[in-house]
Order: sequence, then C-alpha cells, then structure tokens
Amino acid sequence: MISLAGRDILHSWGKFVLTGLGLGLLIGVTLTMAGVYRGMVDDAQVLLNNSGADLWVVQKDTQGPYAESSSIRDDVHRGLLGMPGVAQAANVTYLTMQVRKGNTDVRAMVVGFEPGQPGEPSYLVAGRRITRSHYEAVADVNTGFALGDRIRIRRHDYTVVGLTRRMVSSGGDPMVFIPLKDAQEAQFLKDNDAIVNERARTTANPALNRPGVPGLLDAINASQTSNHNVNAVLVRVKAGYAPEAVAQEIRRWKHLQAFTRAQMEEILIAKLIATAAKQIGMFLVILAIVSAAIVAFIIYTMTLGKIREIAVLKLIGTHNRTIAAMILQQALGLGLIGFVVGKIAATIWAPAFPKYVLLLPGDSARGFVIVMLVCVLASTLAIRAALRVDPATAIGG
Amino acid sequence: MKIPFTLPRQFWFAVFGIALLGAFVWVAMKSGPLASIKVTVTQVAKGEVSPALFGIGTVEARRAYLIGPTAAGRVKRVLVDVGDMVKAGQLLAEMEPVDLDARVSSASAAIARAKSAIAAAQAQVTDAKSRQALAASEARRFADLGQKGFVSSSVVEGKLQQQQSADAQLAAAESALASARQDMTRLNAEREGVQQQRMNIRLEAPADGVITARDAEPGSTVIAGQAVFKMQEPNSLWVSVRLDQERSAGLRLGLPAVINLRSNPGAALAGKVVRIEPVSDSVTEERIAQVAFDRVPPGVSSGEMAEVTLHPPTVTDALLITNASLRYRGAQAGVWLRVNGKLRFTPVKVGATGLDGKVQIVEGLKAGDEIVVYSERALKDDSRIKVVSSLGSK
Repeated sequence: MISLAGRDILHSWGKFVLTGLGLGLLIGVTLTMAGVYRGMVDDAQVLLNNSGADLWVVQKDTQGPYAESSSIRDDVHRGLLGMPGVAQAANVTYLTMQVRKGNTDVRAMVVGFEPGQPGEPSYLVAGRRITRSHYEAVADVNTGFALGDRIRIRRHDYTVVGLTRRMVSSGGDPMVFIPLKDAQEAQFLKDNDAIVNERARTTANPALNRPGVPGLLDAINASQTSNHNVNAVLVRVKAGYAPEAVAQEIRRWKHLQAFTRAQMEEILIAKLIATAAKQIGMFLVILAIVSAAIVAFIIYTMTLGKIREIAVLKLIGTHNRTIAAMILQQALGLGLIGFVVGKIAATIWAPAFPKYVLLLPGDSARGFVIVMLVCVLASTLAIRAALRVDPATAIGG
Repeated sequence: MKIPFTLPRQFWFAVFGIALLGAFVWVAMKSGPLASIKVTVTQVAKGEVSPALFGIGTVEARRAYLIGPTAAGRVKRVLVDVGDMVKAGQLLAEMEPVDLDARVSSASAAIARAKSAIAAAQAQVTDAKSRQALAASEARRFADLGQKGFVSSSVVEGKLQQQQSADAQLAAAESALASARQDMTRLNAEREGVQQQRMNIRLEAPADGVITARDAEPGSTVIAGQAVFKMQEPNSLWVSVRLDQERSAGLRLGLPAVINLRSNPGAALAGKVVRIEPVSDSVTEERIAQVAFDRVPPGVSSGEMAEVTLHPPTVTDALLITNASLRYRGAQAGVWLRVNGKLRFTPVKVGATGLDGKVQIVEGLKAGDEIVVYSERALKDDSRIKVVSSLGSK
C-alpha cells in the first residue's frame, strides 16, 4: 500500500519543508520565551546554590539579603558558631552597583566573602582563587572582565585574578567577588568629600568638640568611618541536624531572622521575581495561543490548497478514512519538522541572550506534546473541510 | 548546461531529514542534561612554593611626640610651624609666665632678707661670745677672791650664775644663726623651684625631628597635657601592618618584606618585620606587626596606606596544585581526581600557599595524579566531563 501523505509531501516537498521551517522558527520563539522564564527562576536558584548555605541569617523582621536590605554586626557569626547544629557560619555582603570598566561601567553584584567559607565561588573557569586578603577580585565572565584587568570599586583598584561562570544575582547581574573587609568598606565607606564634610560637621558640634576633653573629637571621627556591618551570615548545618530546627533556635535566641533553603527560594521566586515572571508568563501564554492559531491556519490552508486533488480522490472512491489519515499524517509531519527546527533554533540563539535562557528537556517534551495536539486539532478542521467537499468539484470546478 | 542525471525527490527529502535529525542530536548533546561538562585537567607535580603573607598597613612614626605644657596656661608665642625640622633642645613655643617672674623676684628678695638675718644672727653670736668671755673671767676672779675670804660666797655664786647665763645666751645666738642659714637654704630651693617652673613653660624639642601638627596659636589656652605641637622623628617611620589572622601563619621577627606605598605603587621598597604585637585585634580578626624600611624613602608621609608582602622561607620539593583546583564539600577541602576517565572527590590537606595561587598538598595526593583545574559548572560524582585545553570566555 502506498502512503498517500508521503506521496503528497514528496510531490511538493520544497513548499512543505519551507512551511515547516517557518513554523519551526515560531515554535523556537515560544520555546525561547519559556527558556527566558526558566532562566529567571534558575538565576534565583543558582544564587542560592552558589552561596553553598543551608541557612541565611539576616536582620530581624527583614527578608534579606536579596529581597530586602539587611544589616547585622559582623561579630554575630561567632555567636552562631556556638549554637548546636551549626557547622560553619560566614559573613557575606551583597551590593549591586555599577563597576567601572574602562570608560563605561557594568552592572554587577559585588559580593564580599571569606575564603574557604560558604559564599565563595565554588569553581573557576580561569585564573586562580584570591590569595591576598585585599584588593583582588574574582569576576563572572559575563562582566566582560579578563584576567589581570583592574576594576575600580569605590576608591580602590582590584585586580581580577580569577574568572567564574554562572554566578549571578537573582536579577541576572553577574557577580564580582572581593574579600569581605574590602566589601564592607565599599558598601559603607563614603567618598572623601563626604568624609571631610562629616568631620567638619562633627567639629562644629560643641557637644562633640569639647575644649576640656582633648582626643574626644578624634575618637568620634574614627568611630564614624569604621564599619562592622555585613548583610547576612551564611550558615552550613552539621550533618544530622534539620535546618529548620537550627533556624528556629536562631530566631528564638539570637533575635535574628533565619531562612532555610526552601524559604529563601520562596522569597526569591514567589516574591522577588514574581512580577517579572508573570509578565513573561503572560507573554508566553499569548505567544503559545498565537503559535497554535498559526499552525492551525497553515494546515487548514494547506488542505484547502489541494481541495481539488481531494475531490479527485473522492471521485475515484477513496475511503474517507484514508483521506483523513493523509491530512493527519501531513499535519503531524509538519509539527514534527517545526518542533525539531524550533528546538535547534532556540538552542542556537539562546546563548546570545544577555540574560540566561534555560531550555529544560521537560519543557521541550511538553512543547512537543502541545505542538502535536495543536496539529491534531488543526487537522480535524481541515479534515472536516476535506470530507465535506463535493467530488463533483473535481470535474465541474 | 544540463545536469547529466537528476536525483529523485526522495533523495533530497531524505538528506533534509537526516540533516535535521543530526542537528537535533547535536543540539541535545551540546546542551541540557546530556551535555558533558567541559573541564581542564593538570597533573600534580613537585615544585617549590614561595608562601607569602599579605597585609595592609599605614605608615606611622615609631617615635612621635606630643609637646605641651605640664600646667594649664596660655600660649605666649609659637616659633615653629608644621613641616619645620627642629633640633633636640630647640625652643618651639613659650607659655605665658603669668606670675612666675614676680614669684622669682619675690624669692630673690626673700633670700636677700635671709642674708641680712644671717648677718644679724652672726653679730648676736659675736656679742654673746664676748659677754660669755667677760662673765667667765669675772667668775674666775670672784671665785679666787671668795676662797681668800675677801668677798662673800653669795657674790661668788652670783658671778657663776652670770657666767652660765652668758653660756646659754651664746648657745641661743648660735642656734639662731643656724636657723637663719637653714632658712636661706630653703629660700634658695624655693627660688630654684620657681625658676624651674619658669623654664618649664618653654616648650623644647625632645629630639631631632619634624613638626607634624601645630594645634595651638598664641593667645589660646591649653590644659595640662594638651598638645601644642606634635612632632615625629622622620627616620623612625615604619609601617604598622594588619594581617588577616587566618593568613598570618609564619609571621615572625626579621621576615623580609616588600612595601608598596599607595603614592608610588610601582616601587617595591625593601623592609623587614621589626615588631610583632602580642595582642591581635579581636574585632577585625587581624594581627598587627611593624615593618621597618631598610631605607626610609624621601617624601613618605605618615598615615599613608601601604601594601606589605612578607616572604617566609620557600618550601621546596612540595606537591603543588593551583588553588583553582581546590573545591569544598561542606568544610572539607578536596580536589576532583580523574582516574580512568571517572571523577572522584578526594579530600586533601593543604600546606603552604603562595600568592601566585600555588598550594602545597600535604596529604591526599601523589605526584602524577590527574586533577580537575577549571570546570564550566559545579561537578558531581557522576558528572560526564569533556577535557579541553582551556575554557573559553563564555
């Protein structure tokens, strides 16, 4: 038995392939849009993964350090280390800022970390880890910095000694890692003019600049420019302890807020990127509907285009089932080509996006099923039209 | 021109299908869970590592002086300004003497009066001596006459009593003279004291040095101990350096150091550790050490920031890896070992670390082991890897 669908496709295979390619590009855009959404979620998760923490300890009554600002003293981690179930506790600071790069600047999240502790970049793609306790940096490749580049952050120059990859903030900004003490300074130290103004202001205050107490003014000025704050303490829980149990102890006794991994994910995904994700989701839904409509119309018009041939088939007494199968097979074939082309296209252009685009195999599988369903649905329309055709049009028409 | 034969449509369609399928497979292998992680590997080799300690410090003067009066007072004149070089003993400023000069002349007058008192006392002693001599000779004569019976015994006793009285008067006059002399000594000492105070309001340089601050001007009142000047000895400048406690192992006296001043970061100045403070800063978790310049560079200002690199002795014949290979599993440091194409996480013990990123491995690896240096993503035990020579920038 010959395949009617195959014969028909081969008859006008150029047209068929071009239609499939066009359809594929459309499906590719839809898949990419899904990838953009997944990428946003993944950015948030990768931020949590890279910090390597089980618990995030932040200022009481805040949802820091990513969703809200949080500021705690840098000696808090010592108290935490003494609590049962805490294996490691490390100070960390996060500051999103424009980092100077030549004549321009790049948006980056500056992370202050302690070497060998949670918060450190876990792997590198080039260079080495930081060995000096000051003025060295490890940058994400997406910042565009190369090994040996000098980065200016506030008043100090940092040398890029290592490069890493996929270290981003929840907003997708690439990270720059610098030693904690430098980061504390970068975050809280004012520029020179502000410091000089502040000193003058203090000097002008008669309560602080008292003639009978030499040295008081110097002491006040010194205490104004030093900083012992960090944004969060990352805690790694000892094996055998439940993170939530340790978090409860910290909340109860240390008067700090502690989030577990699941709670942090909830904050990042359900709160921080919620609006942006809904925006993308809305667009994705519309794009999917539009794609489905276009697929349906293409198959419908393709069938209508050969309505005369179908009439001939009917005239020579072909079963309705055979004609329906032909149209269905063609629709499925078109869908298959479209999906494969779309997947390839999406994979090829995904790395060119400035933010991460994550194409999940699960999404692709779902996309495949949906494409096939749409094709089946669209072909029913076409089949209805084909079966209703009067065989007489083959000769009369 | 005519193609000698035409390929059937089936052929072209098949070519298209195979190409599409091939691209799909390639795409599936390149990304997603099936894709292998690109890594670079290296072999553990023996070599030498120059450990180094790195710290940030400020230039300070080892000997700095606060020069001010020992009593509250008003500044009369100020003779030097910031930046002036001064010699030891040079007059820098003077305080208002207020009543000190008057007290000196008062003391001088009291001494003059005491001198007169001594003269008077001496005259009284002379007088008493002559009276005593007369009384003694009269007493002897009347005693003779009394023995011979020319005068009554009551007259003799009267003369003896006069002699004793004259003795007592002499003793009184002599002690009055001694007292006047002691008074003189006291007044001399008092005048000395006032003069010392008068000298003390002169502020003099305790050593050769340079004036770094002039904190009071003529007419301003300062309290005891408040500085009018700050000065320091320029050749005693050193760098007070703060080293992270975590990376201060090997810090000891005499370690050679390289100092880079912020004003001239290109010039590496030689120095060495001359003091290590036994108390480290518990708030900033830093150790504090002082590094002296081998030769103090001209024009260096105190308070300037400096980067200091200390060089403990080189460790030779050590197993070396680069610190980019170090991974952490919880708190455990280790490396990804590649054995027969499979990955295995091997815990290691780390020894000396060089600033260039070289790390000595004390335990856990042997020479010739192949370990992962860079990876595109975090590795797991069952990760599929692809070894490349270097990872691209993206």
